[in-house]
Amino acid sequence: MNRGRRLEVGVTGLCMLVAFCMLGPLLLPAPPAADPTNAALLPPGTAVTEIVLDDGRALVSPDVRKERNITVVKGPLRTVEVTNERIVSIRTTRFWLGSDRFGRDVLAQLMAGGRISISIAALAALVALLVGTTVGLTAATGGRFVDSVLMRMVDALMAFPVLFLLILVATIFRPGPLVLVALLGMTSWMGLSRLVRGQVLTLRGRTFVLAARAAGCPPTRIWRTHYLPNLSGPLSQDTALRVGDLVLAEATLSYLGLGIPPDIPTWGAMVAQGHRVMLDGWWLATLPGIAIAFLVVSLALIGDGIQERLSLSE
Amino acid sequence: MKSLVIRRLLLLIPMVWLVATLTFIVVAAAPGSYADTVDHPGLTAEQREALRARYGLDQPIHRQYLSWLGSIVTGDLGTSFVTKEPVDRLLARTLPPTLLLGASALLLDFILGVWIAVTAVRKPRGWFDRISSVVSLGIAGLPSFWVAGLTVLVFALLLGWFPASHMHSVGADTLSPLASLGDLLHHLLLPAACLGLAAAAGTARYLRSTLLDIRGERFILAARARGLDEGRILWVHTLRPALLPVVTILGLSLPFLVSGSVVIESVFSWPGVGLALLQAAYARDVPVIMGITLLGAVAVLVGSLVADVLYAVVDPRAREDGP
Repeated sequence: MNRGRRLEVGVTGLCMLVAFCMLGPLLLPAPPAADPTNAALLPPGTAVTEIVLDDGRALVSPDVRKERNITVVKGPLRTVEVTNERIVSIRTTRFWLGSDRFGRDVLAQLMAGGRISISIAALAALVALLVGTTVGLTAATGGRFVDSVLMRMVDALMAFPVLFLLILVATIFRPGPLVLVALLGMTSWMGLSRLVRGQVLTLRGRTFVLAARAAGCPPTRIWRTHYLPNLSGPLSQDTALRVGDLVLAEATLSYLGLGIPPDIPTWGAMVAQGHRVMLDGWWLATLPGIAIAFLVVSLALIGDGIQERLSLSE
Repeated sequence: MKSLVIRRLLLLIPMVWLVATLTFIVVAAAPGSYADTVDHPGLTAEQREALRARYGLDQPIHRQYLSWLGSIVTGDLGTSFVTKEPVDRLLARTLPPTLLLGASALLLDFILGVWIAVTAVRKPRGWFDRISSVVSLGIAGLPSFWVAGLTVLVFALLLGWFPASHMHSVGADTLSPLASLGDLLHHLLLPAACLGLAAAAGTARYLRSTLLDIRGERFILAARARGLDEGRILWVHTLRPALLPVVTILGLSLPFLVSGSVVIESVFSWPGVGLALLQAAYARDVPVIMGITLLGAVAVLVGSLVADVLYAVVDPRAREDGP
């Protein structure tokens, strides 16, 4: 990879993925309805016919034959014949990324899961940013005693393998989406607080801060003009990498069945589902995994790119 | 040197106390109690009270806290709700498989990480360097459960080269010692590779940039001026100083390996601590979860201590005014 372009490549990748998840459902034709008897485990690209009956039921199958009075819908398990008067609408469409074992469209699930996974990770990163910055600033400005108490606590929290802590808390609290956001945020602010504390302590000794202080600049102004601009670079680099970590953490919890309730399709839960039918449908576990990797690598590139810019401007 | 070890060991005591306290707070802050987690519609009020008394939940919270600390000091971690097995015995049973898996992964991490980094630096921006840096970036982004699942699909189910799960074949106890060891290694290879490869990608990325920095040093130029063979310069003169921080990195990758073992053990049904933790989590078996979380945290603390001491062993400068 061309080293100078990491930021651009990362941002492009991230925007593409977010646009895919958010705008996809608006731009693409509606996905075929879920029909577990006729349309389960169809490989990517399969063309199907969707028939909506007068009682609201939908039949979806790749093999539909229309005869004079009746329509024959063939599935792997059974063949259904419906009289033509009962058909309300009929259209042909495609499972672009295949269907799962309940006959649901993987493409639609991937977009819905992405919206959930990305929002949870982004919100959790925001929580971590708030908590971490607060603790870091308090430690850096609150005097020696406060500093050492807070930092020892951070050390202790960092000693927990994050996944263990998540499993401990997830088991006890049974998370819904908002609890999961709080949970992920509260278990990932520690590195950030160290970063903020270290940056503030370093900046405090830098000549331009000393000069501003000597010139009688009020503290709020020193914070606004010197500390914040110098903090924003490292903070945004750290946040980019952290969102990636949080995406992986959320996916791992969902995979292990300890994330948000299983009726909401997250990418991790999709991989877990796919692993149960690995030999019958390779695409089920593979595609959401690639989506996760795409997102995490984009964020890592953004983080690296920011780091590069920072070291250039030093 | 001795004083460094003693100082670090003494620092370990308040840290373990903090970790134990945090574990207690998390569990105590949870809605419901032990008695509720084993709740059953058939329980009468007296039986529920008896349960609460049995687990000491009728005591005020500070009493519960003190008795939790006391039981940790005496090494008694309670009994599993589900299997009634003492937690310390469960740990003694599940720890060896996890240590075996973790140690193999760490070995693989080190060997592979060093090899990749050195080969990449041999020709910076050459084809190997480019491919390995893209691949290691990709591996860092791939979820470990996904990689593990794909590995099982390809190497165990489709190709059939390796067993898909567990530590021994059925009936392995009737094999000769040598064949039994071979059987164990055969089962170990896939999970260890999954765990070690992801870690090796990180080690290689880190080591590569250190190696590139050192290549610009004057003593490398001096070695080259003396007409030393390029391989020797790379493997001896450049690698040796670059390995110092790797010792710390390996110590720091311990939490990663401990966390990763949960996922890998679950995919491969490896009978270790991680699998026990998951089973306990599904059954809401609080004493087991608390015990394992505490063990994991202590393992990470000890790991960073060992890394610090090892660093002082290999780098004399760190001995005098260490952290």
